[in-house]
Amino acid sequence: MAQHAAKGARFQAVTANRLSDGEVVYWAADNRWVEGFSEAEIADGADAAEALLARAMPADFEAYVLEPYLFEVLEDASFYKPASVRETIRAAGPTVRLDLGKQAGA
Amino acid sequence: MYRYDEFDHKLVADRVDQFRGQVERRVSGALTEDQFKPLRLMNGVYLQLHAYMLRVAIPYGTLRSEQMRMLAHIARKYDRGYGHFTTRQNIQYNWPALDQIPDLLDELASVEMHAIQTSGNCIRNVTSDQYAGAINDEIEDPRIISEIIRQWSTFHPEFTYLPRKFKIAVTGHVNDRAAIKLHDIGIVVKQNDAGEVGYEVHVGGGQGRTPFVAKKMNAFVPKAKLLAYLEAVMRVYNMLGRRDNSYKARIKILVHETGEDEMRRLVEAEFAKIDASQMLTVPQEEIDRISAYFAPPAFETLPADSDGFTKAQTADADFARFVRANVVAHKQAGYAIVNISLKPIGGVPGDATDAQMDVIADLAEHYSLDEVRVTHEQNLVLPHVQLDDLKTVYDVLAANQLATANLGLISDQIACPGLDYCNLANARSIPLAQEISERFADLDRQYDIGELKIKISGCINACGHHHVGHIGILGVDKKGTEFYQISLGGAADENAAIGQITGRAFTEEDIVDAIETVVTTYTDLRTDGERFIDTYNRVGMEPFKERLYD
Ligand code: HEM
Ligand code: SF4
Repeated sequence: MAQHAAKGARFQAVTANRLSDGEVVYWAADNRWVEGFSEAEIADGADAAEALLARAMPADFEAYVLEPYLFEVLEDASFYKPASVRETIRAAGPTVRLDLGKQAGA
Repeated sequence: MYRYDEFDHKLVADRVDQFRGQVERRVSGALTEDQFKPLRLMNGVYLQLHAYMLRVAIPYGTLRSEQMRMLAHIARKYDRGYGHFTTRQNIQYNWPALDQIPDLLDELASVEMHAIQTSGNCIRNVTSDQYAGAINDEIEDPRIISEIIRQWSTFHPEFTYLPRKFKIAVTGHVNDRAAIKLHDIGIVVKQNDAGEVGYEVHVGGGQGRTPFVAKKMNAFVPKAKLLAYLEAVMRVYNMLGRRDNSYKARIKILVHETGEDEMRRLVEAEFAKIDASQMLTVPQEEIDRISAYFAPPAFETLPADSDGFTKAQTADADFARFVRANVVAHKQAGYAIVNISLKPIGGVPGDATDAQMDVIADLAEHYSLDEVRVTHEQNLVLPHVQLDDLKTVYDVLAANQLATANLGLISDQIACPGLDYCNLANARSIPLAQEISERFADLDRQYDIGELKIKISGCINACGHHHVGHIGILGVDKKGTEFYQISLGGAADENAAIGQITGRAFTEEDIVDAIETVVTTYTDLRTDGERFIDTYNRVGMEPFKERLYD
């Protein structure tokens, strides 16, 4: 799969797809999956990232989501944004159908 | 058209029941994703970026109007009001919820449709010529042998776990509209000097990471022996095909590494064994039974010309353009083949809304003897329209944004879903197709440029057929940023060829200008009557390279 976390990334977050409908979800600080990237917990540094991924994958994680993984996040002024085009599109929806995906509700 | 027999009905119904149970067990946690994934893939369910994706089979690209209406209904009820017609003559839905897919499949089964053989390492849905049974000079309707192959291959015990997926395409006409030489097996219906119908078999074509044009393995396999011959090919592949590396597990690699002559020798030896056993000789009654399903529909006897049709073209210039670009002569006097472009200027190639699908279903029912076809170039076809009805059909199409008169022209591009939807993508394909079609929106300019096939893939898997585009575009990823590589000189027809890469890739900002440079290089260099591909074949890569990278 293309465009996953770059080695040496400073900030990372954990994402997956929800089992029931495939919706893109993020691991949040209060230990649950949320739909919005803005609520994702951001890990600073490689060790924090590994710990974050471990928390997102308790023994029964497969009952909720598919294939959680870390991806790189950039700090932009006062907020964070996904580093890659791929994760930007996952966080928003298809760039060719602005009426669909998360961006539609925004 | 082929209708399910009891066996088919039961098979599909059982399969949906089985899948319903599997989904329930996955959702309850009884199955892990590792256990479930191969099961969902066998039922056409993929995971894309934003949601699941369901691929529904449209065997040899033929639909009845009630089936098209069902596809519309599914888009409305289970998806977001649209579907995407693909290069494999299938339709993909981009947003179905996993727990609703069994119900969706039940509804599909009610019109004899399913998602079997649309994924996984099996013999995939057989593809064919969208003009089958309608075009002049066809030797035999290619859907007859396609259906025989489908019945032989579906759930064939030896073919459930092949080293990799396996794709077969058939054409019954010298003009190949099914890209048969880019399939694992490509079949051309032939007639020998004695007037008997048989099959020329090409083996080892494919795209993906290592593209190859198939090699002609046998110039004439008699009709009754085709399955025996195909079985021989499959056995050699199953015995020798590499399973150690999924990229190398395709038969194209086996043919390449074994060599064409040795491969032919192996296949012929196996064929002789199978043939001697007579096990796979198809009885004439069976051939007749299946042929009957594809007997010509009830054409009326009509004059070859229609006054009304001629007058309508004089009165309406847009209609005349549509006729010129999208309408093809029919074998039956008084009828025509109507191509419906799913490439409106600025649109998403291959997408149709539920409302559009309903409109097309209605048109097929009233004006095309109940039939619709899907093309591998992601368009639709009304195969049997009376000349007298053409203007009416056109007006309805035009009122529903379905009358773009661009068939085979620069804006009639193939594009895979790319990074807007696909989990494997490196770069987006659709926005590029949209920008190119907007850049060349002027139809007069498109007619001047003439036949030009642009094909775009978002990664090397080549679902968008970029290797065989006259101009191919491949999305590549450089550190999370999209780049696009151009190739030239590919072709997917009877003169199939793999395109050559021009050189370094272009940025998203520069790629459309680069395409325009390629096009103007062609228009500057062409001689009278030369199409893009002719000019390229005459002058080669250099002049294009010079202009692109000077
Ligand atoms: C997002 C869903 C899709 C996924 C995950 C997917 C996956 C793949 C993969 C992995 C291959 C490589 C095969 C190989 O190298 O052996 C492939 C090839 C191909 N796919 Fe897709 N694909 C998708 C969508 C599509 C669509 C939308 C189309 C039609 C427009 C399509 C048509 C094809 C074709 C024609 C090939 C080339 C087969 C060959 O190697 O000859 N796929 N696909
Ligand atoms: S070519 Fe690549 S990006 Fe495009 S649909 Fe196929 S796998 Fe996805």
